[in-house]
Amino acid sequence: MSSWDRFTDTFFNGKVMLRYLPDILSGVVVTIELALLIVVTGIAAGLALALLRSLAIRPLNWLIVFVVDLFRSLPPLVIIVLIYFGLPSVDLSPSGFVSTWLSLALVLMAFSEEIFWAGITSVARGQWEAARSTGLSFGQTLMNVVLPQAFRLTIPPLTNRTIAITKGTALGTVVAVTEILGQASSAMSNSYNPSPLMMGAAAYVVLFLPVVVAGRWIETRFAWKR
Amino acid sequence: MQLTPIVDARGLHKHFGALHVLKGVDLRVAERELVFVIGPSGSGKSTLLRCLNRLEEPSSGSVVVDGIDMLDPRTDINHARQRIGMVFQSFNLYPHMTALGNVTLALRKVAGQSRARAEALGHAALERVGLADRAGHTPGQLSGGQQQRVAIARAIALEPRVMLFDEPTSALDPELVGSVLEVMRSLRESGMTMIVVSHEMGFARNAADRVLFMDEGVIVEQGPPAAIFESPAHERTRAFIGQIQRH
Repeated sequence: MSSWDRFTDTFFNGKVMLRYLPDILSGVVVTIELALLIVVTGIAAGLALALLRSLAIRPLNWLIVFVVDLFRSLPPLVIIVLIYFGLPSVDLSPSGFVSTWLSLALVLMAFSEEIFWAGITSVARGQWEAARSTGLSFGQTLMNVVLPQAFRLTIPPLTNRTIAITKGTALGTVVAVTEILGQASSAMSNSYNPSPLMMGAAAYVVLFLPVVVAGRWIETRFAWKR
Repeated sequence: MQLTPIVDARGLHKHFGALHVLKGVDLRVAERELVFVIGPSGSGKSTLLRCLNRLEEPSSGSVVVDGIDMLDPRTDINHARQRIGMVFQSFNLYPHMTALGNVTLALRKVAGQSRARAEALGHAALERVGLADRAGHTPGQLSGGQQQRVAIARAIALEPRVMLFDEPTSALDPELVGSVLEVMRSLRESGMTMIVVSHEMGFARNAADRVLFMDEGVIVEQGPPAAIFESPAHERTRAFIGQIQRH
């Protein structure tokens, strides 16, 4: 057996791949579900916090900054473990899936709040003043003038952050979520062959490449002629 | 002045922390009057203007515009601001909208006009500033002078009773100043009440009814342009006007 054959036999073993394909595919479905839930709830919550923060209510802002800094600094794995093993002591028993979703949504919320907030504060004061001088309310100014400009700046960092955090769905393995990496590594131990891991890697690329492309597309949509 | 003034500000004080920017300013402006405010930077001219539509909250005093007490907490400030147009030094157009979008936003959201009606009014306002053919351009595609004229159109589209100009030509290249002053002159001819903070002395001389000289938070003196420019009563006014005219 040549070294090349040995390599393909180890990492791209057709028989093993075929056998574990259904497991990997079911993992893909779980990862997609988890990722969508995290992205939608995490970004929505982050935007909501940034909007709340723009109201400039001081004690509320202290709270927001504290929560955001906390979830930005804690390792996501720790949050998952805390929720999964900690909440049962207050008579809540979230599944591994729910624990992973909540944890990563909280982390994405924290990062996206900071990104949205940076976008909002980057809009010049003159924009607020011009809009308010024509009689637009605070909310109307925020929605029609400030946020459209803020979003344009937030899309690239938000796309990066979203991808980084949704890849963290792999951490769900520690609380028995059968997502891609969980399926791949159990297949790997069952077959004594790392080929399922390669399939898992391929699945991640197939899943996340469109997200990157979509991010670029949104970026061009939010650009304006200058 | 016999008429009730359209702008009536009394005893205005404004503090920014330890800084006392306005020290008891009274300003009464009659309908159709064009009042010019000059003075060194930091004299409080812009702050005075911004107190009139409450972009800046006066520390004390009263502001009544077109019969509306601007400082009364019961006043619907957003409604009141429709009557007071404002033009800024740095234009402050919305970069993500076309010229027409800039002009129609408040018409739709504040004045409650339908999109079609707002666009008709918006086109008419752009026509008045000579930019009917630029309706579909974004600010980035317009020169500074054109941007400032769109900003004027944005304000006059709401049919304000008073227009405030905060150094409208200071950020413009010299060759673009004329087109903006031209629009202001035609606005004046249409009978618009205007309060203008600016150093365009030529414009002040032939368009203003009254010139105020401000320094260190007070109105030092005021009068017809000829009197202020040719025979100012105060030493500080004389020094300032001498400085400006040397340029």
